[in-house]
Amino acid sequence: MQFLFRYANPHNFMRLSGAVLPFTAIGAALALIAGLYLSFSVPPDYQQGRTVTIFFIHVPAATMAMGTYIAIALCSLLSLVWRHPLSDTAARAAAPLGAMFTALGLITGALWGKPMWGTYWVWDARLTSFLLLLFIYFGYMALWSAIEDEAKAARAAAILALVGAVNIPIIKYSVDWWNTLHQGSTVTAFKMAAVYYPPFFTMLLAYSLLFATLWMIRIRTAIVERRARNLMQGAAA
Amino acid sequence: MNFDMSPYGAFIWPAYSISALALGIATLWTVAAWRRAKARLATLESGQGT
Repeated sequence: MQFLFRYANPHNFMRLSGAVLPFTAIGAALALIAGLYLSFSVPPDYQQGRTVTIFFIHVPAATMAMGTYIAIALCSLLSLVWRHPLSDTAARAAAPLGAMFTALGLITGALWGKPMWGTYWVWDARLTSFLLLLFIYFGYMALWSAIEDEAKAARAAAILALVGAVNIPIIKYSVDWWNTLHQGSTVTAFKMAAVYYPPFFTMLLAYSLLFATLWMIRIRTAIVERRARNLMQGAAA
Repeated sequence: MNFDMSPYGAFIWPAYSISALALGIATLWTVAAWRRAKARLATLESGQGT
């Protein structure tokens, strides 16, 4: 916990993130190139044919959507319980990225569903709970914008984020708890042909590094904007 | 590498195009916001923004 608070100081965060950013950015670009190369080099699946290629962008997007929400929930917990000074900024900065990954998961899933299931959409447990995640992201961002007092907005948004976290295990286990059109766990159950793991994990690494890069830049932007606001207020006083 | 996605190209290429577009726009948007914020702070710190 002490480690977290050491880097909670905006000055320390700016210094550390400034040093790490070039590596995550270059790493994301390299992993993306390698991931795309591997994705288009694998043989077609014996059942799904070439549509297996969508798997390499759909599952990383869906994983990032849920991972980002978990990060927001953890930041919210840090904010509510330990008053961690940077956690609200970090949670708020992650939300639009999480919403983007959720939308990408839904769109790529629909484009995979049509040729495999014969439909873009069904109201089954996995798809509906994932759509709910997108609405939770929208609600979270709207709440931040709706309340003018930043401290009150942070508190309300943190409570919403923690309440909404209940949806994450529902998404994860929906395919086990209910009968769904969506296939069950493939990656964690090791049900996939071995040849598909390298492109999948490379694309997951690329998405993760890109998220880390954009998240750090967004937090840095928020810190700089706050500094500018303080300067403006100081000048006006 | 094999780019022949038939007969599913009408689903696979839009999925990749939309993903590339979204990730590209998010990256450009984020970097542009960072540059704007940094420029504004620099202006204020140099005293021109007051």
